[in-house]
Amino acid sequence: MQYKSQAVAKPYFIAAIGLFVGQILFGLIMGLQYVVGDFLFPEIPFNIARMVHTNLLIVWLLFGFMGAAYYMIPEEAETELFSPKLALTLFWIFLVAGALTIVGYLALPYATLAKLTGNDILETMGREFLEQPLITKVGIVIVALGFLFNITMTMLKGRKTSISMVLLVGLWGLAIFFLFSFYNPHNLVKDKFYWWWVVHLWVEGVWELILGALLAFVLIKVTGVDREVIEKWLYVIITLALVTGLIGTGHHYYWIGTPEYWQWWGSIFSALEPLPFFAMTVFAFNMVNRRRREHPNKAAVLWALGTGVMAFLGAGVWGFLHTLAPVNYYTHGSQITAAHGHMAFYGAYVMVVLTIISYAMPILRGRAANPEKAQVLEMWSFWLMTIAMVFITLFLTAAGILQVWLQRVSDTPMSFMATQDQISLFFWMREWAGVVFLIGLIVYLVSFFVKGDTRSASAS
Amino acid sequence: MDSTGLTASPLPHSAPPAMPRLAGDLAIWIFILAELLAFGVFFAAYAFTRANNIELFNAEQAALNRNAGALNTVLLLTASYFVVRAVQAAELRASQSCARWLLAATACGAGFLVVKSFEYAAAFEHDISLSSSPFHMFYLSLTFFHFMHVILGMVILTAMWNGARTGRYGPDDMNGLESGAAYWHMVDLVWLVLFPLVYVIH
Repeated sequence: MQYKSQAVAKPYFIAAIGLFVGQILFGLIMGLQYVVGDFLFPEIPFNIARMVHTNLLIVWLLFGFMGAAYYMIPEEAETELFSPKLALTLFWIFLVAGALTIVGYLALPYATLAKLTGNDILETMGREFLEQPLITKVGIVIVALGFLFNITMTMLKGRKTSISMVLLVGLWGLAIFFLFSFYNPHNLVKDKFYWWWVVHLWVEGVWELILGALLAFVLIKVTGVDREVIEKWLYVIITLALVTGLIGTGHHYYWIGTPEYWQWWGSIFSALEPLPFFAMTVFAFNMVNRRRREHPNKAAVLWALGTGVMAFLGAGVWGFLHTLAPVNYYTHGSQITAAHGHMAFYGAYVMVVLTIISYAMPILRGRAANPEKAQVLEMWSFWLMTIAMVFITLFLTAAGILQVWLQRVSDTPMSFMATQDQISLFFWMREWAGVVFLIGLIVYLVSFFVKGDTRSASAS
Repeated sequence: MDSTGLTASPLPHSAPPAMPRLAGDLAIWIFILAELLAFGVFFAAYAFTRANNIELFNAEQAALNRNAGALNTVLLLTASYFVVRAVQAAELRASQSCARWLLAATACGAGFLVVKSFEYAAAFEHDISLSSSPFHMFYLSLTFFHFMHVILGMVILTAMWNGARTGRYGPDDMNGLESGAAYWHMVDLVWLVLFPLVYVIH
């Protein structure tokens, strides 16, 4: 590693992976609850398992993004981090606050948690993905501000590259849009309208900037292609992402009480959202094909290429499937949405964080790349998790199509629960695919502990 | 094409002279194609909706100010001509002349924005909004989306004007200027479809 202070990234990455394991365990629990309704009831009801599954995902990705920034920014700015101490303090605050929040979800009834944490002072709880107690939300803002202060100061005193600019804009955007989680108007239409400013403008807006920056950074490192070429692509990708993603918010405004023109705006612009992801795939393969060096870390290259492909499939193609208003009229909030959500989050954000971890972690541990045996295991985990996710997505899509048909298109529509019974076969298959995913994740964890010959970090 | 372009494989340096050269950077062309796709989808949606509401579309189209639209067409075509002259001037190493042509093109763009603003002001006086009718929705959306592109095009022209004044462009370095010029021509081209489609054809 080039700068000592980059080492603060390591605890962030370790915490991210730890929470990732938790997320998958809760995913398996609720996956089983789809078919065995009273599994673990009343200890872990479905709604709690779901909340833990989604909240852990978001929190571990945030750990991953922060770790990535702490690793990348000193190297890009060619200077030590402004304050490594602040970074480590914030790490512990964020980890403890996150852990306490999850314990609160599991140990207390949600209403009691709300009462204990001051939800009556400012009512922000009870909304999907934004379930966190007020104090956790305030904590997230404090950690985010401290983090942004730290990396912004680092960049200001050093070299300013396009990659770090894009990363910083993405991270600032992330923090700014999170502020809308504090705005909870009583008017349900307005509530939903601004709720999407956090949820959509994160994953289909500013997070794409972070994704682009992380991918560009790793590609520069592993391919040795000129920075100017990679930056040019980055600009094209983020412009496409912002134009399609920002106005594409409209695809959430079809049926919530907003004016009708959103059906046109949402359909047209979000239909183009696959473009930046397609460009990203072309970009990644292009750069690897034109590589000027054979980087010893083959696993990181695999993750980088996989990110492009899976993000395009999951976010791009599976998003397009149900984004047009006339289609969404039938598919809204069905298992098709779940299929898209799974592959998009995995393909875009999980994989890009695993890409940067795959690239940076060996260097943080004092070598350019992991021993061959460890890399082989890591690549096995790549294929196991990725193929398992493809099957999870396919089974959920099948479940979704059948659900839409039985429950919404049919002349004699079935009730929600009767439909769920009809599609249980697909839920079982999804659960088994989930087990394979967990096996892949275990292989991934094991790959960190495999020993063998390594080349020294100076080789990078 | 320069070797740092976006081709799948770098071209050999001794490319045969007859090989066609791409004016501007490949990246801007990918961007232009994405833009044209976006407008194309919007135009298709317009045509599809119009087919179901022909009488309404014809009646409300007749209320638009075609003279303003025609004037704007002239302004954009003139701006495109000026941009062509600017590129030609740069190829002859006439940087100051190039800068002047770019400034003239930017002025035409500003003229477009002024005319369009008067049109919008008149429309809003008549309570035309995104929700007042399907035709108005398309009229406002399409023209405003294009309006924003004219602004972006002017920002690019201004940046190039600044570059030309400092003599950045010449026969050896036309990439930036040609890329920006291609973008401006795209803005013009879209209007040349938009104007007849929304203002004239019925």
